[in-house]
Amino acid sequence: MKKAFLTLLLAVGALSLTSCGSGGGENGEVVVYNWGEYIDPDVLTSFEEETGIKVIYDEFETNEIMYPKVEAGASEYDVVCPSDYMIKKMIDNDMLAKINFDNVPNAKEYIDQQYYDQSKEFDPTGEYSVPYCWGTVGILYNKTMVDDPVDSWDILWNEKYADNILMQDSVRDAFMVALKRNGASMNSLDEAELNAAKDALIEQKPLVQAYVIDQVRDKMIGNEAALGVIYSGEAIYTQRENPDLEYVIPKEGTNVWIDSWVIPKNAPNKENAEKFIDYMCRPEIALKNFEYITYSTPNTGARELIEDEDIKNSKIAFPDLSQYDNLETFSYLGEEGDALYNALWKEVKSE
Amino acid sequence: MRSILRKCYIFLIFLFLYAPILTLIVLSFNASRTRAKWGGFTLKWYVSMFQNRAILQALSNTLLIALLSAFIATVIGTIACISMQAMKRRNRAVIMGITNIPMLNADIVTGISLMLLFITLGLRFGFLTILLSHITFNIPYVILSVMPRMKQLNPSVYEAALDLGASHIRAFFKVVFPDILPGVLSGFLMAFTMSLDDFIITHFTKGPGIDTLSTKIYTEVKKGIKPEMYSLSTLIFVTVLILLFLVNHSPSEHKQS
Amino acid sequence: MNKKTLAFPYVFWSAAFIVIPLCMVFYYGLTDDTGAFTFANIATIATAEHSKALLLSIELSLISTVICFLLAYPLAMILSAMKVGQHSFIVLIFILPMWMNFLLRTLAWQTLLEKTGVINSILAFLHLPALEIINTPAAIILGMVYNFLPFMVLPLYNALVKIDENVVNAARDLGANKVQTFLRITLPLSVPGIISGVTMVFIPALTTFVISTLLGGSKILLIGNVIEQEFTQTGNWHLGSGLSIVLMIFIIVNMVAEAFFDKDGEGTAL
Repeated sequence: MKKAFLTLLLAVGALSLTSCGSGGGENGEVVVYNWGEYIDPDVLTSFEEETGIKVIYDEFETNEIMYPKVEAGASEYDVVCPSDYMIKKMIDNDMLAKINFDNVPNAKEYIDQQYYDQSKEFDPTGEYSVPYCWGTVGILYNKTMVDDPVDSWDILWNEKYADNILMQDSVRDAFMVALKRNGASMNSLDEAELNAAKDALIEQKPLVQAYVIDQVRDKMIGNEAALGVIYSGEAIYTQRENPDLEYVIPKEGTNVWIDSWVIPKNAPNKENAEKFIDYMCRPEIALKNFEYITYSTPNTGARELIEDEDIKNSKIAFPDLSQYDNLETFSYLGEEGDALYNALWKEVKSE
Repeated sequence: MRSILRKCYIFLIFLFLYAPILTLIVLSFNASRTRAKWGGFTLKWYVSMFQNRAILQALSNTLLIALLSAFIATVIGTIACISMQAMKRRNRAVIMGITNIPMLNADIVTGISLMLLFITLGLRFGFLTILLSHITFNIPYVILSVMPRMKQLNPSVYEAALDLGASHIRAFFKVVFPDILPGVLSGFLMAFTMSLDDFIITHFTKGPGIDTLSTKIYTEVKKGIKPEMYSLSTLIFVTVLILLFLVNHSPSEHKQS
Repeated sequence: MNKKTLAFPYVFWSAAFIVIPLCMVFYYGLTDDTGAFTFANIATIATAEHSKALLLSIELSLISTVICFLLAYPLAMILSAMKVGQHSFIVLIFILPMWMNFLLRTLAWQTLLEKTGVINSILAFLHLPALEIINTPAAIILGMVYNFLPFMVLPLYNALVKIDENVVNAARDLGANKVQTFLRITLPLSVPGIISGVTMVFIPALTTFVISTLLGGSKILLIGNVIEQEFTQTGNWHLGSGLSIVLMIFIIVNMVAEAFFDKDGEGTAL
């Protein structure tokens, strides 16, 4: 035995030494907290090479997972990329620092004004956020497995597709689907509407194969399910891998979301954070990210640079929103609203 | 007949234990990016694995934490065992009771309790917090494997060494240590393995930018595991397997057993 | 150098990283946002969602523990009777899978069990009916049994190996048949191993949140999932700590049982 231990020890020691020894960059570091698979890793490398700032990169899965981490303060981040309603919550709770737009010239220059206008809903003064990606939420379905027309959220309640439906595993997204199906607002605080939505979700549960977040992508590609609730950005990727898949925005309306860069108040490297955001707003960098993650970019410069005409005019990546009714953006519902949604969601999940 | 039945039973259990591992090994040669499709045989993930900075960094973090935490836990645990020999029965029982807590307590509670501690102390989450947590849950494994050896020791041998003029430290290393060494080593290996395989406690005590293989995999699970992860795990597994076989076939070991 | 001073590092360590953190869980669990004392967090275990999650967790982990025991006991007996000189080799064979990451191993079961997965492809090829257990409690039980089986086998094996063969032979000489020998001699002597095996399977199974997420499709909420979500998503640490205290009651019961059967205080685990 002894020999084995020694050999093992040596092997392990050698291995861990080889990939060690990476301290901070010459110009400090920047700690980025972003959604999973939401950036082209090459972009991080090129940022490090150009600026000499070391990027420390961390990923979250949902806004709800991100928030307590930033709030607890035990992990200090410089740049975070939350969605609309969560940005509002962070502004309300005094967790964000104002961005000095003089240090982020690309943000003014290349990000389309319409996205700043849209951001007013959660960032009224426009001082806290720079849009990074946007999109819709819709139904992704497999043409070989679904023979009914897919144009309504209602199909997710069709018993024909029992055990073939993938739902989103996050409170707001799941309730959005149920509320919209019932013709209510997805920002509803009306108890009757919310209870109806809860009942609908409970009714739907036996038909649901799994509650997933990003896994919906793999499962749809692998023909594991017929219908899935998905973010528009994932749709292009999945279609590339499996041509039988089609993306639809249901007629009852849906969520139009924006994910934006923000800087937390306790950010230790605010200047580097602004450099990072500015870099992300460069058209060729935004393009690289777009091509890698396939989420719609609000960057006009980047869109110009897209060579593939099909993608440039893709209805999924750049939909004409004026032809849809009842589009909404999530708003922050306050602590009580959050608690109410969470309680109802727990009831659904424990059923 | 009976022996065939027995062999079948063992075979089935081993099939059950090793089937997922076989699956992962097969997946590491899958040319398709998603685990849902078989896209033909390839070795490309074994190449691209060495260019994937994030995975290599996670690997080195994992190994470094496992190595350091197992080593420190072995030192603290062995010292604790020595000191407990001299203790009163009741004190010893109290300490052993406390030692049992991280073993028996749910990982999730241990993880949460450490998270609350670190936040209260104002420690920044990162390498250090993970290391401290891993040492904490590793020490019991060391104590539990050293303690039985310690009890088999004949204390008069140690005293004899002292009488013959050896210093405490010299007497310990010359007389006591060789006897408890197998226990120390197996405690170390156990601690190392536990640290390597831990996800839950790391999940609650990790900070930005630092990932072990476990937490890296957990974030990747949602988006689809990168195939490089399969090839890395296969490599680790095969390395350990080969080491084990080498050891079990080396002649010196046969003499010992 | 006094032997007692040698105790200092570990006493300090266990106080700082075991005792104090546990006190903090109790502090959070017994207070509300304002820091006022309350039992409300613990009392939420009585709400429909929480009690359902707890009862389901208990049910699934009990079933898993029983299955583990039934699978492991014969295995441990066979192994201990094999007289392989290489005691450590057997232990290592069961520890070896741990070198392949726990999450990956569990995820591999997803690949095996999925509707279009490996097992169903084989079954379809053989024209057998499909196995549809993914995202059901059965899949979670399978995941628990798979992950925790080694923790049952090793203590049982250790306990069985320790049994003096002469005792067994004596019983046979005195006319006991195989069944009697097993029930009167082998089984009682292996009780410490059983207790420690049961603990090492039941507790992690009771509190898991990873297995239910990966193999249950997030459709099945176990008590571990509730606690994890309170900490990582809802951000209600008081409630999460309160529920952890409830879990600890089970753990303490187990510890007492363990202490009762393990009077030497040396631990039979692994």
